[in-house]
Amino acid sequence: MPRTAGLRAASVVRLWRQLCYGSSDVCGIAGIAAANGDVIDPDRLADMIAMLAHRGPDGCGMHVEPSIGLAHARLSIIDLAGGAQPMSNEDGSLWITFNGEIFNYVELRDDLTRKGHRFRTRSDTEAILHLYEEEGADAVRKLNGQWALGIWDARTRTLFLSRDRVGVRPLFYTVTARRLLFASEIKALFAHPDVSRELDPHGLDNIFTFWTTLPPRTAFKAVRELPPGHSLLWRDGRCTLTAHWRPTFAPSADARRTEDEWTEQLEEALSAATRIRLRSDVPVGAYLSGGLDSSLVATLAAREMGTPPRTFSIAFDDPEFDESFHQRHIAKALGADHQELRCSHEEITRIFPDVVWHAETPLLRTAPAPLFLLSKFVRDAGYKVVLTGEGADEVFGGYAIFKEAKIRRFWSKFPASPRRASLLARLYPFMPNLQRQSAAFRSAFFHVTTDDLAHPCFSHLPRWRLTSRLKLFFSDAMRSAVSGYDSYADVTARLPPEYLSWDYLTQSQYLEMAHLLPGYILSSQGDRVAMAHGVESRFPFLDPDVVAFGSTLPPGLKLRRLDEKYLLKRLARAIVPTPVWRRSKQPYRAPGSKSFFARQPNGYVDDLLSSAQVRRDGVFNPRAVRLLVQKFRDGRAIGEKDDMALVGVISTQLVIDRFVNNFKVIHGTPYRRTAQIHHG
Amino acid sequence: MEPLTAELRKFITDNFLFGDASDAFVFSDDDSFQERGIVDSTGILELVCHIQEQYAITIEDEELVPDNLDSLLKVARFIERKRREFPRAAASAH
Repeated sequence: MPRTAGLRAASVVRLWRQLCYGSSDVCGIAGIAAANGDVIDPDRLADMIAMLAHRGPDGCGMHVEPSIGLAHARLSIIDLAGGAQPMSNEDGSLWITFNGEIFNYVELRDDLTRKGHRFRTRSDTEAILHLYEEEGADAVRKLNGQWALGIWDARTRTLFLSRDRVGVRPLFYTVTARRLLFASEIKALFAHPDVSRELDPHGLDNIFTFWTTLPPRTAFKAVRELPPGHSLLWRDGRCTLTAHWRPTFAPSADARRTEDEWTEQLEEALSAATRIRLRSDVPVGAYLSGGLDSSLVATLAAREMGTPPRTFSIAFDDPEFDESFHQRHIAKALGADHQELRCSHEEITRIFPDVVWHAETPLLRTAPAPLFLLSKFVRDAGYKVVLTGEGADEVFGGYAIFKEAKIRRFWSKFPASPRRASLLARLYPFMPNLQRQSAAFRSAFFHVTTDDLAHPCFSHLPRWRLTSRLKLFFSDAMRSAVSGYDSYADVTARLPPEYLSWDYLTQSQYLEMAHLLPGYILSSQGDRVAMAHGVESRFPFLDPDVVAFGSTLPPGLKLRRLDEKYLLKRLARAIVPTPVWRRSKQPYRAPGSKSFFARQPNGYVDDLLSSAQVRRDGVFNPRAVRLLVQKFRDGRAIGEKDDMALVGVISTQLVIDRFVNNFKVIHGTPYRRTAQIHHG
Repeated sequence: MEPLTAELRKFITDNFLFGDASDAFVFSDDDSFQERGIVDSTGILELVCHIQEQYAITIEDEELVPDNLDSLLKVARFIERKRREFPRAAASAH
């Protein structure tokens, strides 16, 4: 539906156009908005989008007019020929740059067509534009998908940014001298000379407590993350942030529903979520972890497609982490063409700097590294899209931390129960050190105090406290910079008003969905490592209808006694062709710090951890790091905490090395020669 | 006892506090390792390995209890007791 903005239509100046299928990698977006109608320098914008070349190998475009510059690097998945971006509406009053997929675009387009909108392409991008014309900022409430987008409205001179509900797609921004810059990744913002790359001590304090920052905070002072489920309006140099969605829970009061009926509804919702996630003009594969969730997704995909999807998985040389036996078993039962990538300790060390470059944050685990390798493996096999099982643990109550909290509450009521220690040992069968401990110490470690019981984040306190101990490695300067800041108080202050009215399991689910899911699982282990090689992950369990269904489930259908994902297992029993539900819950884990000392000398690790370098960089105490390294070299480090400390120190040192000390801007290449630029 | 507690204190400070002797981690000989957050549950296993290697004593599973291992004094007393029980093994360690 054309607008009469009185603007002249954007003249398309076709400078270069080239489809660069040969480059290694997916969609990335960037933009600059300026108050006062200031001119945007296209070279600066080209520098920004060039930093995202790995996200968008299939083409690149820019739109520049006074006050706004939008850029887009494209991975073509839907409407390969017609989805070039940035894209405008018919009269050029709206311009969009969009990263992601809108799975219900077919239904939206039909609806909009009935309302008189005329479509020029088959792309989901155009559906968003027309929906925005119709509904403005509320348009995003109708989207079923994963997105990060920027829309410039020339009539109102407003920039609208939005991010999907659960935070699948990343979006960062910074406000500098009456300008707002935004991009899919932080490195694109740093390509602009006005953006400071200084680390944020409070961001690091968050990471060394929760494994992630509390948005909009990031690891860098000048950079903000648009929180999941939020939109931002920028006009005349002023930002307004609004939530269009947040996790909420309302267990159904319908006590008459039988378990069969609940299971049937779950199957319906998950099938529909999988079906629309198969919409693609390129083939869709599936990851198999060896566990329940990915098996269920692959089974549903096979049913919807009429043939099994091609499946991919990661196997480890180290038997402690390897699940290939189960992965092969499931693939065979499905009849899938299955490919497995084997990962060694040395391989993790070798690619870890690249993983941190893409994650753009300190990491406390090496687990993103094998997934980084897997996405390359998938892309080399000719696949750009995979379905995965992420989200099931959060939505349907799968994590061990939920059970742990239940046991700790049980102890607080029955402190003399002889079952206490054995229950804990059962909880973490995959942690050999915990199994070796005496019952007395296991009980002491999970001891419950009255204060803890009253804390709204009771379930997560042991994990956060354990992680917080890593701040022991902070230098005096860092300690001083974070003194007076309380991460626990910060996270507690963000709880929604109705939080305390929820049951305990639901409260724990909320904490997972609000923090670790977007901040680590979907980013460092998700978008960032998949997009590093141009692979898009899709998550049926995070479909809004599936999440809404999960939020109405009574707690007993999620965690029944100590049996996790009760309802999901019930569905799996009925449809998955192998008894995967019988396996005890095995979280995805990867070899940790052992990797960094698998070979001597170990190159960049020695350099980054040298006392001189640690002292120069200033975040950690050189003596503490030296003692930690010695502990590993002597083979005395056996605990989770030491493991996280080493990975945390190495990854932070890598962040400093790559982003602070030695950041390199790719000046306009490779897109200088390949971009399509529109001048307004 | 004093040289023993001093040696144990150095081990605990270097191994679990990574040299941090700041106010936050000053601990007395009586302070509970668990309550003060000085040694976590896995750390107890590291402490046990250290005691076995350094003092050539064998610790049985049933001895892995807070009464024996949850403060500097308790650990020192436990080692002394084990040394008295098995003097030959302890002597050969020095």
